[in-house]
Amino acid sequence: MLPVAYYIGLSAILFTIGALGVLIRRNSIVIFMSVELMLNAANLAFVAFARNFGEMQGQLFVFFVMTVAAAEVAVGLALIVTIFRNKQSIDVDQMNSMKG
Amino acid sequence: MSIDLILFLILALVAIVTAVSMLFSRNAVYAALFLILNFSSVAVFYLLLNAPFIALTQITVYAGAIMVLFLFVIMLLGAEQTGPVSSSWWLQPSALISGAVLMGEALYIIFTQVTLLPSAVTPSESFGTPASVGEILFNQYLLPFEVTSILLLVAMMGAIVLSHSEKQSGSGS
Repeated sequence: MLPVAYYIGLSAILFTIGALGVLIRRNSIVIFMSVELMLNAANLAFVAFARNFGEMQGQLFVFFVMTVAAAEVAVGLALIVTIFRNKQSIDVDQMNSMKG
Repeated sequence: MSIDLILFLILALVAIVTAVSMLFSRNAVYAALFLILNFSSVAVFYLLLNAPFIALTQITVYAGAIMVLFLFVIMLLGAEQTGPVSSSWWLQPSALISGAVLMGEALYIIFTQVTLLPSAVTPSESFGTPASVGEILFNQYLLPFEVTSILLLVAMMGAIVLSHSEKQSGSGS
């Protein structure tokens, strides 16, 4: 196996790209996809450490993270659909109704 | 260079290029397709790391179910074309700078400190097989597994309630 640092480094790069996506993009669906990318980067770190230590617990945790991600996507996309119905836009800059 | 390293570098290139393309593609449909490619390449990393069950779950759940849901919503809303990147001129440069700092620090710490970790153990014969995953899941992690079912039920009900439009003058649309 390659040194675990390679996989953790790749995971850090993917996580940073996801964080940049959340900060830069204004389309809420793309922001949501960037959050998925960050979750995925964390999963990669989990599996790499599970292999490094020879413990199965890391893989089990990835399993639960995937379940939570699926639930989060279902609720989040329903929210986006509702917001689009009310405002005819999913641009996050438009969602400022509560601004003082 | 060993075959493992070559494989890793090519796959890492694919993963990073697809992630960056997702970040900068104008069309949300292309962004979703790039993300599917990214998830598939991460699934191959899982295979390299002796996690075949997790790799196939990644493909069916992430690249399959979740991304189909994304594509469905994008096409339902007709929101493929994204507008201007941001309304504040300072947002993009400051995000890029702080992101670069974060990545640089993370890589520096990882490549200077992680060498202190114990080196990889040789996994047992059954490491990562569906049988061993199921054994741990249904013995040690039975309660979290059952709680997950409640979580999925709540998410399903939440999605139905949220997307159910209010009845407008007697005719729900």
